[in-house]
Amino acid sequence: MARIGPARDLTTPRPSQPSQPSRPPGPSQPLQPPGRQAVLARRSYVAFILPAILVVGAVIVFPWVFTLWMSLFDWKIGDRPAFVGLANYAGLATDSRFLESVVHTLVFTALAVILPLVLGTVAALVFAENFPLRGVVRSVFVLPMMATPVAIALVWTMMFHPQQGVLNYLLGLVGIPPSEWVYSPALAIPCLVLVDIWQWTPLVMLVVLGGLAALPTEPLEAARIDGATRWQAFRHVTLPLLLPFILVAAVIRTIDALKTFDTIYVITQGGPGTASETINLHLYLQAFSYYQMGKASAIVVVFFVLVVALSLLLVWLRERSRLVV
Amino acid sequence: MGKRAGQVEGGRAGGRTGNGTPRQGAGEAGRRDWLLGASGLAALALAGRPGRVAAQAPAFDWKRHAGQSIEVHLIRSPRGELLHQGVKEFTELTGIRVGSEQVPEQQSRQKTVIEFNAGKTSFDVVHLSYHVQKEQFGRGRWLEDLRPLFTTEVPADFELSDFSDSGMAYATQADGRVDSLPLNLDPWILYWNKALFAEKGLAYPKSYDELAAAAKALHDPKKGVVGFVGRGLKNANVPLWGGFLLGWGGRYLDDAGQLATTSPEAIASASFYRDLLRNTGPVGAAGYNWNEAQGLFLQGRAAMWLDGSGFAPPLEDPKRSRIVGQVGYGVLPPGPKHQVSPTFGDGIGISATSTKKGPAWYYLIWATGKLMQARMLATGSGAAVRRSAYANAEARQALKVPEAWLDAVSASLEIARPGLPAIEAVNEFRDVYGIALSNMLTGADVEAELARATTAFAPVLAKSQR
Repeated sequence: MARIGPARDLTTPRPSQPSQPSRPPGPSQPLQPPGRQAVLARRSYVAFILPAILVVGAVIVFPWVFTLWMSLFDWKIGDRPAFVGLANYAGLATDSRFLESVVHTLVFTALAVILPLVLGTVAALVFAENFPLRGVVRSVFVLPMMATPVAIALVWTMMFHPQQGVLNYLLGLVGIPPSEWVYSPALAIPCLVLVDIWQWTPLVMLVVLGGLAALPTEPLEAARIDGATRWQAFRHVTLPLLLPFILVAAVIRTIDALKTFDTIYVITQGGPGTASETINLHLYLQAFSYYQMGKASAIVVVFFVLVVALSLLLVWLRERSRLVV
Repeated sequence: MGKRAGQVEGGRAGGRTGNGTPRQGAGEAGRRDWLLGASGLAALALAGRPGRVAAQAPAFDWKRHAGQSIEVHLIRSPRGELLHQGVKEFTELTGIRVGSEQVPEQQSRQKTVIEFNAGKTSFDVVHLSYHVQKEQFGRGRWLEDLRPLFTTEVPADFELSDFSDSGMAYATQADGRVDSLPLNLDPWILYWNKALFAEKGLAYPKSYDELAAAAKALHDPKKGVVGFVGRGLKNANVPLWGGFLLGWGGRYLDDAGQLATTSPEAIASASFYRDLLRNTGPVGAAGYNWNEAQGLFLQGRAAMWLDGSGFAPPLEDPKRSRIVGQVGYGVLPPGPKHQVSPTFGDGIGISATSTKKGPAWYYLIWATGKLMQARMLATGSGAAVRRSAYANAEARQALKVPEAWLDAVSASLEIARPGLPAIEAVNEFRDVYGIALSNMLTGADVEAELARATTAFAPVLAKSQR
């Protein structure tokens, strides 16, 4: 008890004892010099914190430092690493295939974030209303989110097949000519976005639905009393209040979309050609097909910077939206 | 071990012929040896000549390593499955316990490279694809050199000379080390739908021009039938073009080891590949791997399909195929200059870091032995690499696929040539040129794509050759 006393004092300082924050209460406690108390307290902190520090150091800090270090080497597995400084980064800046993969990543991410946000918000507004079998319909709606991405990707691969897929069969029933779907360079990314929308719109819906449930009802009632139409009430009251929740969903979706690998790998493997090759696919090839670990490490670092930058942008937007609200 | 040396030498009774000597490079001489080796195998198969029997039968103690255990890493494939299923039999024969794992091809390649690079492998025996891993494993010296074992530790019927020379050429590194034993060869053959050909009154093509003409005549999108199907997906598509390239008299690399992929032959063969798939192939051919091609052919919706030799079992399986009994198995017709079948191969070796090389070697002897090779052929799991398998009457009788398949495989081995260049950076090669070929299928210019791919790959090749 004597050892954890100071910790309690530090977290909940008592106004009545400002000059003796480290002394525990109670008449039975032996008096100790404050300096010794502080040393003991520090030691106890170390004992509690050390395991966490070791784990974080081993699984987060060390891999990161090692990745940064390896990005400075020209190293193919099986060969001796050679220090090349920033040459890997300079190489990426002029590598047209890598730059193309960055563009594909950004396009895929933009579409796979914006469209589910719009559709998910609409779905949340629908599910916020009372209608028969609402619970059942909502459960069915969130099912795609629970499925394994690789299994989903395999099913969509079969559906996209130009000759044997059900999608072209359905198009044929209504007299529309067959499409090449993911087998066409122009349609590959839109089709992959379609799969992503199908799977992750429910997540946005759940986040926004939670936000809707938490909104105060008074502003909406006041707007209605003032004669606002449903659209006006939504546009000028509900939407601004929902914006922080939508931006939370946007942050989650952005990070998810940026790191999408499994569905793209299974459905197109980045093709046709390089039409749907994102940074992740390019990184995978460099690391696990070409075994160019130095270059792959540099790509990881660049990718990390990109993810952090986009996430910070969205967090900043969220803070800004709060101020506006 | 020393005591057995003399006995085994006697058992080999003359050993290998000149063609079986280690290959000293990947130049014309190497290719010639490869071709001669394949011819020998096919000739034996066609003639039905029995394999050579050892003059003497030295005592070989199969139980020498009884009680020990080894770990075996196999690539998931019909060959891997055959060995995996035979583990119990091996244990009964030798008393050696086996932990056998089968891993999908891509994951296997990653796992083995990472483990070898770490300096210690979890497996004692490893299954490898020569066309991708041979140079890589050889450069890293990751596998045990088996040559000392050939003369000291083999049963009487092992007979190194029974292995086809082309198989042994695949198993031999450029510096002469034999660090694996060949398991199978996989020549590409032309599957053709006899019913569709008969409908149009067409005969099997005798040249590339006839092949293209037949594909055009049979191509009927309104009926949902394509004239020709094959791989268009990047990386997977390179061997298909490669077959045509070789038929045109072209090569991936010239004698100096430099890329020869902007040559007139390369451009002509790539144009042929593009036209065949674009004009008479399925919509979206750029996304087709063997799996999609097989699916179309199985349903009777493709008149011809050029791919590896291992697809006869599904094509003749009534549960999966709508064209049972209608499938023709043919040799790729002659190109403008050569008649060639692009061929690949698998092998099996011992990890250099293994502490159980003795029992691991016994596994290799058993896995590549005459019995298992005959079984491989009989089950259609692959084209055996031992001559004796093709002469084995029981294996031929037990064949679960039409004999026409065996004839096509045998004849294709006669014209076999490595389907990919013998370079360490073969993955990058397949990827870079695969993208170019896919782009051609979606409208890009053939010459420009080959030039771009050559420019992109040249520095990778130069770096890998240092």
